[in-house]
Amino acid sequence: VSFIPGGLDCSISFVSHVLGKVCVHGRQKEILGVLVPHLMDLTKSDCIWQRICWRLVECVPDRWMEAVVLGFAQGAPTADVLSRLLGNLVVKNKKAQFVVTQKMLLLQYGHTTAVLQNLLGYLSLDGLRRTLLLRVLQELLETWSSSSAVKHSPAEQQLYISKAIVICLSHLKEPEIESCRQELLTSMMEGVKCHLDSSLPQLRRLGMVVAESISLKINTEEPVLKFEYEEDDETRELKSLLVQTPPFCVVPSLPDDDRSEKAGAALPSVSESKEKPHTAAPLMPDEELDAELDSDDDLTPYDMSEDKELKIKAPVYIRDCIEVLTGSRSEDVDEWEATVKALESLVRKNPAATREVSVELAKILLHLEEKTCIEGFMELRQRAQVAVLTTDPIPVAKYLTSQFYSLNYSLRQRMDILDVLVLAAQELSCPKFHGTTKHSGAQKPCIQRLPGSDSSKDWRRIVDERIKSKTRRFDMGQSHVELASRPNEFNSVAGHFFFPLIQHFDRPLTTFDLLGEDHLVLGRLVHTLAILMYLAVNTVAVTAMGKALLEFVWALRFHTDSYVRQGLLSCISSLLLSVPAERILADMTEELLETQSWLGDVMEKDPDGDCRRLALQNLLLMDNLKKKLEAVPS
Amino acid sequence: MALPPPDPQFVLRGTSAAVHTLHFSCGGPEPDIPLLFSGSENGFIHVWNLKTHRVGAALDGHGRKSVYCVETMGGKDRLLSQGRDQRICLWDLAEGRTSVTDSVFTEHVGFCRCSLLKVAQGRWLMAMAARSLEEVQILELPSKTSVCTLKPEVGAKLGMPMCLKLWQVSDSQPVLLAGYEDGSVVLWNVSMGKALSQLICHQEPVMSLDFDTEKAKGISGSSEKVLSIWSLNEQQNLQVYKTHELVNAGISDITIRPDKKILATAGWDHRIRIFGWKKLKPLAVLDYHTATIHCVSFSDHSNPRERLLAAGSKDQRISVWSIYAQT
Repeated sequence: VSFIPGGLDCSISFVSHVLGKVCVHGRQKEILGVLVPHLMDLTKSDCIWQRICWRLVECVPDRWMEAVVLGFAQGAPTADVLSRLLGNLVVKNKKAQFVVTQKMLLLQYGHTTAVLQNLLGYLSLDGLRRTLLLRVLQELLETWSSSSAVKHSPAEQQLYISKAIVICLSHLKEPEIESCRQELLTSMMEGVKCHLDSSLPQLRRLGMVVAESISLKINTEEPVLKFEYEEDDETRELKSLLVQTPPFCVVPSLPDDDRSEKAGAALPSVSESKEKPHTAAPLMPDEELDAELDSDDDLTPYDMSEDKELKIKAPVYIRDCIEVLTGSRSEDVDEWEATVKALESLVRKNPAATREVSVELAKILLHLEEKTCIEGFMELRQRAQVAVLTTDPIPVAKYLTSQFYSLNYSLRQRMDILDVLVLAAQELSCPKFHGTTKHSGAQKPCIQRLPGSDSSKDWRRIVDERIKSKTRRFDMGQSHVELASRPNEFNSVAGHFFFPLIQHFDRPLTTFDLLGEDHLVLGRLVHTLAILMYLAVNTVAVTAMGKALLEFVWALRFHTDSYVRQGLLSCISSLLLSVPAERILADMTEELLETQSWLGDVMEKDPDGDCRRLALQNLLLMDNLKKKLEAVPS
Repeated sequence: MALPPPDPQFVLRGTSAAVHTLHFSCGGPEPDIPLLFSGSENGFIHVWNLKTHRVGAALDGHGRKSVYCVETMGGKDRLLSQGRDQRICLWDLAEGRTSVTDSVFTEHVGFCRCSLLKVAQGRWLMAMAARSLEEVQILELPSKTSVCTLKPEVGAKLGMPMCLKLWQVSDSQPVLLAGYEDGSVVLWNVSMGKALSQLICHQEPVMSLDFDTEKAKGISGSSEKVLSIWSLNEQQNLQVYKTHELVNAGISDITIRPDKKILATAGWDHRIRIFGWKKLKPLAVLDYHTATIHCVSFSDHSNPRERLLAAGSKDQRISVWSIYAQT
């Protein structure tokens, strides 16, 4: 191929056919790896070679066009190389147009960012093709802002589309933005709504970043949309795509760099020289001071050792704390602050006194709002709640679970209840977690961030570790050191934590509908139940809990929200890990078999990657269970 | 071994309300009784007899609204008081009278104490915060004519004036030092009505300031932990001279003793602190009160040994101390 003679009127179509056939058989990399660099050099300045190249790709038959275009898009190093090689193929050839504007952007999502950059850059480099760019942007935005797409498509595809949108935006010029400003704005509003509705923090972040990028582009004078979210690699990468570095300016900028370097070098020296007179100035007053006659010596100071920082004392009795927090005493905010800070330790030191007023204290804490600006108020409040709950579990758990299903609480308060129940259960069941934050990731309440699956991710990690340890168990023995043992305090109260929560989930209230709009809380509830189930290992109620949980999961198994589904699958994992194998076999055989077929279904067809992984884990666990039981001689 | 701080010489009780302002009048010749005027939150001005330690008279002129400034105008017979009823009252107290002779309606709803300066026999200049947020008005008393209004430039964002001090050096023009809500102190030329210099002393509002005209040095306190000492150079520019960090945040009042040797600060941490003025050397911490101290004042006794320091607090007591009186 590299020996095509110049000047001869030869027919390229044969070469095109060969190229097409090779590409369709999957050998794009090999052939284009050789072809593309040659063509790159040849077409750099030579128009004839450019036209030859264009003829080459145009003559590829339609049935192989996709493979060829794909190969070029992947093989070309930058967008303008792609432009030189393909020319206006995308405008002239219907199939190529379909592949570039529809298939590679909307139907496939496995390509790298570089390929996306090449494709979209290619579309933007020629006037004829720019109309296609606008059309592509419109279609991408339509997909991005459709709520069903956000709910049902996998996270990877959504990331891909978001990247494509941001790259398109970066290529748009002012007049084009002007013409489609209104549409951009409408799509942005709709899209942001769908994304923020989602229960997965990753999708919310993607939505926020794309909306910010759109807002940046269309609003030049007014204040720009700005969200608060945690930056991570994904969002940083996405944001960096918005800024395009035009490839043409690479060469001329070198002399600029030298100049800017010199300017940069000049600046530090200027600032240094400025600093010196400043350091000289303060020296003068000091010298003057020493020179003055010290006539203050005749005034002898008194003893000032008692002069310390003023500390407000917190009340020492629990009932005093209650009075301060409800404001029935004086409205002294300093005292209120001191009480909030001291409450947890007071509760832990006086369990008997706390038990007398536990429900009242729990009520006050649930409704406690930040009066002054204390650092870590949320954490202080939560720790106090956990302390109260662990000191007097049964009545307080009864109160909290009943409040979870009551009217007129905010979603935040309901999720707080769930968090407190989990932390207290953790403390009661595992003595080594108490006090010191050994597994600090699992212990931290993570309240300051958006309610996300953060805590459940840590739990998943712990569950995973446990699964790992279990799957190898019949090879390796118990190798870890025995820890100091204490009676399991969770045993007597596990049921009180668990059953009230699971009872009323299908009864909608006026302000709270778990099965309807409030699927975020449902997701959190399901994760909480999974954790409670996991912590109930070795308790008496574990089998009854397992049965109830299995029924609960069965009722909700087709829920549309992937966060809820992930929770349901974690419930199954906890179940399989906590309920003793014999009891599972004896009491839950048919339900387990049904669950197994459901899990197989999820593993193959569920759009969410995490769900599929969890389903696979569960199937493995079930398998191990079976093997273990078969291994034991009955 | 340093001595423990002294106890108050005596404590005046009986105001039944938080004490916001104090002013001594002890300079009179012998048959005159040394007096202490105090203004309280319940609107009363008490005239304390410092020989018997009892209230001589209680003046009610502000409609039970808190009185936050009292000053004498040339002797104990004429008193000026400022209250939260937006009025400044002039009293005639000669021969046992207790009547309001005149009043100025300031329309000021803040807490900025006015400042008096005697310019000639029977003529005074008074600086007070005016109705508009950032302005300071200078009036001539007793004629109540407005001399000028000091307005910061547009966009200066100084906030309310928090404390004022009018002074003049011998026969030159009177100047005003004003501390503002944004933490800056501004020097104004009163006759021309324009600002000569501005210095940002604090990050929080300036609560109180005092100025030593001889050394051209001043000190300001704020709601933060820092005391700021600044000086005025020949070009009438303010410069920060020194700062001093306190143990607890919050200063309500600062006053320098007339002999310019020591100064006292009233703290939100219930303590009075005494410093040497020359180098701001901490000298004593007087811990008697149980609530935030609102004001401190030095007496104007002609005999140095009799000099007193008084502090009024939210705990409704006035403590009177004799400290460093021998120097």
